[in-house]
Amino acid sequence: MADSRISVPPETRRGEPFEVRILIRHPMETGYRTDESGQHVARNVIRRFTCRYNGAPVFAARMSSGIAANPYLRFFVTAHDSGTLDFEWVDDGGARGQARAEVKVA
Amino acid sequence: MARWWIALAAAAALCSPAASAQQRVLPRDAMRSDLEFAGADVRAMQADDIANPGFLWVERGENSWRDATSGKSCASCHGDAAVSMRGVAARYPRFDQTAGAVLDVEARVNACRVRYQALKPLERESDQILALTAYVTYQSRGMPTAASIDGPARASFERGRSFYTTRHGQMNLSCAQCHEQNWGKRLYAETISQGHGNAFPAYRLEWQTLGSLQRRIRACLFGIRAEMPRPGAPELTDMELYLAWRAQGLPLEAPGVRR
Amino acid sequence: MSAHAAPSTLTRRRLLQGTAALALAHALPSVAAPEMPDIPLLAELLAGRTPRWERLRLDLPALADNGQTVPLKLTMSGPFSPGPTVQAIHLFSEKNPVPDMAVFEFPVPIEKIEIDSRVRLAGSQKVVAVAVMSDGALYAAAADVVVTIAACLDGS
Repeated sequence: MADSRISVPPETRRGEPFEVRILIRHPMETGYRTDESGQHVARNVIRRFTCRYNGAPVFAARMSSGIAANPYLRFFVTAHDSGTLDFEWVDDGGARGQARAEVKVA
Repeated sequence: MARWWIALAAAAALCSPAASAQQRVLPRDAMRSDLEFAGADVRAMQADDIANPGFLWVERGENSWRDATSGKSCASCHGDAAVSMRGVAARYPRFDQTAGAVLDVEARVNACRVRYQALKPLERESDQILALTAYVTYQSRGMPTAASIDGPARASFERGRSFYTTRHGQMNLSCAQCHEQNWGKRLYAETISQGHGNAFPAYRLEWQTLGSLQRRIRACLFGIRAEMPRPGAPELTDMELYLAWRAQGLPLEAPGVRR
Repeated sequence: MSAHAAPSTLTRRRLLQGTAALALAHALPSVAAPEMPDIPLLAELLAGRTPRWERLRLDLPALADNGQTVPLKLTMSGPFSPGPTVQAIHLFSEKNPVPDMAVFEFPVPIEKIEIDSRVRLAGSQKVVAVAVMSDGALYAAAADVVVTIAACLDGS
């Protein structure tokens, strides 16, 4: 559903850290806004983001309304075996999002 | 920079009755994309196709393009957008024979939906129309703005030009006063740009979402305490055409990032 | 700027001493720690401990284009293993209604700690980052950001 964009290098070397970038579509509603009709817009932000490498968590983030809308994360992961990076996130409303990227380790 | 003579040339150009594609408001070498007046962070965000939030809409637009759940998809007629839509947005807004009016990309997409897909038009600034517009306009990224103001488009162009040079709102300012006479100068913590629309639809940090050029024009009008025309109002399309003519030659940047 | 002090106070000796002091200050690690802003949640995390103002680096623009989206970069210099590794990096805001902005967690040790993200800042303020190590040690970094309101209000 085009909820995120991911970038990982096409190939990486065992033992080396490689760059992971993800941009997630989410309004990160602060809860301090009112809409055009003056109605208060409830807070809804991504609370938890996890990155798993071949099933094992390697990076996680607990976020609040202090993170900008359409959150962008760039971080590093140490390469070991070829496999997959699984990304998962959940927001205040309980809605879950996920994405996956392939990792090729030389 | 002797900006006074640019303003004088601009005034002269504006007064001349026969403005054509050969004439310009600003000399070609004095034209600067609004990107050059943006901060380093905004420029960096636009330059990076992964970090640029506008691409979230481009991708959605790509999915919409291929969506055939209602029978016909855009792809059914237009195939690969990278081929069929290449250069199209660069020529917009454009006079449409069937509609008998100048249409911007949003309106043209909606016209297609109604005429050929038996679908309802999408609401202005809705996520779906922004996604499709972003996707279509992205196919012209890097190509020079080249909208025509000839023939039936002329009337719309003249109205747009008139709107641009008329004072509006409580602040009683015209677009020309900031963007022709004072571009490059500071306005509070910002630098006034030349006010081109070649980066739209753009992800405006202030909006925290992607938005159209019409929305940006409405925002400017709000800023000078003028009444905002409703989205899709004809004067906004007239302005889009005028701005496209004014920006002729500047490369399209969609999806842009602006503050 | 006119020198209103009597010329004799700025002797050659004083000038040399000043220059030497300056050179020394540059050579030594920064001992003058930034003032820790009064944020209750930050104080809770510190629990009376004093973090070291080194190794962790927090990069934010001095002047934000827009307070809604401010690019942020966290870097921590290693080496880490063998030895204590980074467990989490906490991010605090001095003025936001929600002061605990984010926590970045490292479930497995990693040699390269570099994080980019974008934050919201409700006005000009200090942002503080605290790295918590596996042995309980704390490192901190802070940055001041000026956030102005837009030149023209946008009600679109």
